[in-house]
Amino acid sequence: MTEERPDHELERLDARLKEARAKVQAKNPVDGPETQTPGSTLGLAFRIGVELVSALAIGLGIGWLLDSWLDTRPWLMVVFIFLGGAAGILNVYRMARGFVYAVGYTKEKKPGDHDTGDRESKDKDVG
Amino acid sequence: MTLGTGNLRIRTLAEAHSPLTQFEIKRWVPIEIGNLDVSFTNSSTFMVLTVISVSVFLVLGMRHHALVPGRWQSMAELSYLFIANLVKDTVGSEGRPYFPFIFTVFMFVLFGNLFGMLPYGFTFTSHIIVTFTMAVVVFLGVTLIALIKHRLHFFKFFMPPGVPLVMAPLLVPIEIISYLSRPISLSVRLFANMLAGHTLLKVFAGFVVTLGLFGAFPLVFVIALTALEIVIAFLQAFVFTILTCLYLNDALHLH
Repeated sequence: MTEERPDHELERLDARLKEARAKVQAKNPVDGPETQTPGSTLGLAFRIGVELVSALAIGLGIGWLLDSWLDTRPWLMVVFIFLGGAAGILNVYRMARGFVYAVGYTKEKKPGDHDTGDRESKDKDVG
Repeated sequence: MTLGTGNLRIRTLAEAHSPLTQFEIKRWVPIEIGNLDVSFTNSSTFMVLTVISVSVFLVLGMRHHALVPGRWQSMAELSYLFIANLVKDTVGSEGRPYFPFIFTVFMFVLFGNLFGMLPYGFTFTSHIIVTFTMAVVVFLGVTLIALIKHRLHFFKFFMPPGVPLVMAPLLVPIEIISYLSRPISLSVRLFANMLAGHTLLKVFAGFVVTLGLFGAFPLVFVIALTALEIVIAFLQAFVFTILTCLYLNDALHLH
């Protein structure tokens, strides 16, 4: 009788451990958008600005370089400013939809790629 | 006469305490190789200090190998675990080989940011050239990894699936520009946060002196701002690291 007690207690501890682990596991995947830290809205706004402007700057740079290489000043620069602006909008759109960091990323999940699915939720709480 | 010298004093005081003087690069040991200026500056000094202090923090912190860690050891272990979990969560098990690099980036940026919070310190992360160089290294490395791993499949990256071929001449340049803008947005985020925060601190600290008795109000604000800056130092190091991880994840798992 006396030897059964510790066993019993261990079993109960085991059950409780399993329960706690399952709770942690269950909590982790869902804590996407809710865990956004308060005050990160300013960071978000800042990020939108940076994304917009950096793509525009790259477009401008590419256009300028191509122009000085092909002697077509200023036409390619004009074209690439618009492309850069479009890329900036695309960056912001992807960010707003929560999958900014993957170029050409589509939301549908293929069986091959694991852990890309929950990435979109993780992206969001990056300041 | 007294008015004149007073004005002069205020002017030199204002010049010496311009909120931007803290970002000035000073050559401490001028070195020139050919036409290249490779002087040892205050910026380089703080980079060396950062590397040394990170090494001391980690190596000496772990010297006892205690099973039950002390405060120092548990701090070293915590920082290790934090990044290890980050890599595991964002990149998965394929990210393990790149962990040393990511951990180094994190500790370097974090300690660099924190060194900027010390009085008379210099924040090398507030210089775009420093952050941009780091971002370019990350960007080139990640692109190379993707190219080695996926070879020509990598270029499918720039053509969103399910798009009619007619749209390709328009969409592919846009996607390429979007991809190339990554190092810029990565570096600007860190640099701008550091620059803006430290300038703001200096401006409000200037108000404390010039407002005299009423300087107590900005003083309270400066104290709060200092706390905020320390939070930002951690946050931006974390953001830089997690973005590196996400880019790496993209490179390893192309869609």
